Amino acid sequence: MNIKNKIKITVNGKQMQIIPKFSLKSLITKLKMPLNKIAIELNKKIIDKKRISKIKLKKGDKIEIVHFIGGG
Amino acid sequence: MIDNKFKIANKIFKSRLIVGTGKYKNFSECAKAIKTSGADIVTVAVRRVNISNKNKARLMDYIDPKKITYLPNTAGCFTAEDAIRTLRLAREIGGWKLVKLEVLGDKRNLFPEMIETLRSTELLTKEGFKVMVYCNDDPLMAKRLENAGAVAIMPLAAPIGSGLGIQNKVNIKIIRGQTKLPLIIDAGLGQASDASIAMELGCDGVLINTAIAKAKNPIQMAEAMKFAVISGRKSYLSGRINPNLFGAASTTNKGII
Repeated sequence: MNIKNKIKITVNGKQMQIIPKFSLKSLITKLKMPLNKIAIELNKKIIDKKRISKIKLKKGDKIEIVHFIGGG
Repeated sequence: MIDNKFKIANKIFKSRLIVGTGKYKNFSECAKAIKTSGADIVTVAVRRVNISNKNKARLMDYIDPKKITYLPNTAGCFTAEDAIRTLRLAREIGGWKLVKLEVLGDKRNLFPEMIETLRSTELLTKEGFKVMVYCNDDPLMAKRLENAGAVAIMPLAAPIGSGLGIQNKVNIKIIRGQTKLPLIIDAGLGQASDASIAMELGCDGVLINTAIAKAKNPIQMAEAMKFAVISGRKSYLSGRINPNLFGAASTTNKGII
């Protein structure tokens, strides 16, 4: 696919380019994130992890993927 | 006196020591310290995953949330909205409802912003969260948190990470006297004797991170804290003698030569 057809999204504050209609599930798989250890926000809305294959990403989408780290 | 169980939001825990998982050299040291401490609740924080380094070690690989209760915190949050967003995400990771609320008001001393803390407690409780609240050692505010639905009151001993020990024993005693909720000292302890003092004041538990993680020997300090909490609790339950300004000989004068 030509790079011109790619769309820009932001994942954890970093810009990424993906092909149109790329699903949220594909993104998580591409990033090799273990689903049972993360939570996902799409444009500030928490996403039910069971639904991620049905969500197609759009230009300008902002995704946050979080997990637990050490804290007090 | 027989020790009653350490119960938070209807769940019984064995250890009265809650341990934070931050500031350790690595996850391996953190896991070892927690095991040695005997804690069955650990605090954890919610942060972005590192998407550029997918192989970076994860806390959950070292500390199994099936074996130990994760208590997600809201460290770094300065508003109710930030705190609620963070805890909703924590709940989404694996269904956690028991949470530690911490809404800060000042970046330097890390004191809690109590107006936002109270508002967050109300909102989170309405959403079904069981909220353990980091707060100032103010009896009036502690009462308001209790009325707002908090499941545990967690006043600071001193600023977070300061290691100064309990600065206001009077207030802690007053809060102890007014609430039946679990009272847990959160923040500011520096050494094992501080933990014992907290327990001797009648607290139900203590939450310690920096004093263990930044000790020269964190594993040994974890063990010291474990025993300090047990010791302080037993001392409290045993009922101390009344302090006296004058001497009272332990040996009778009867039969003296």
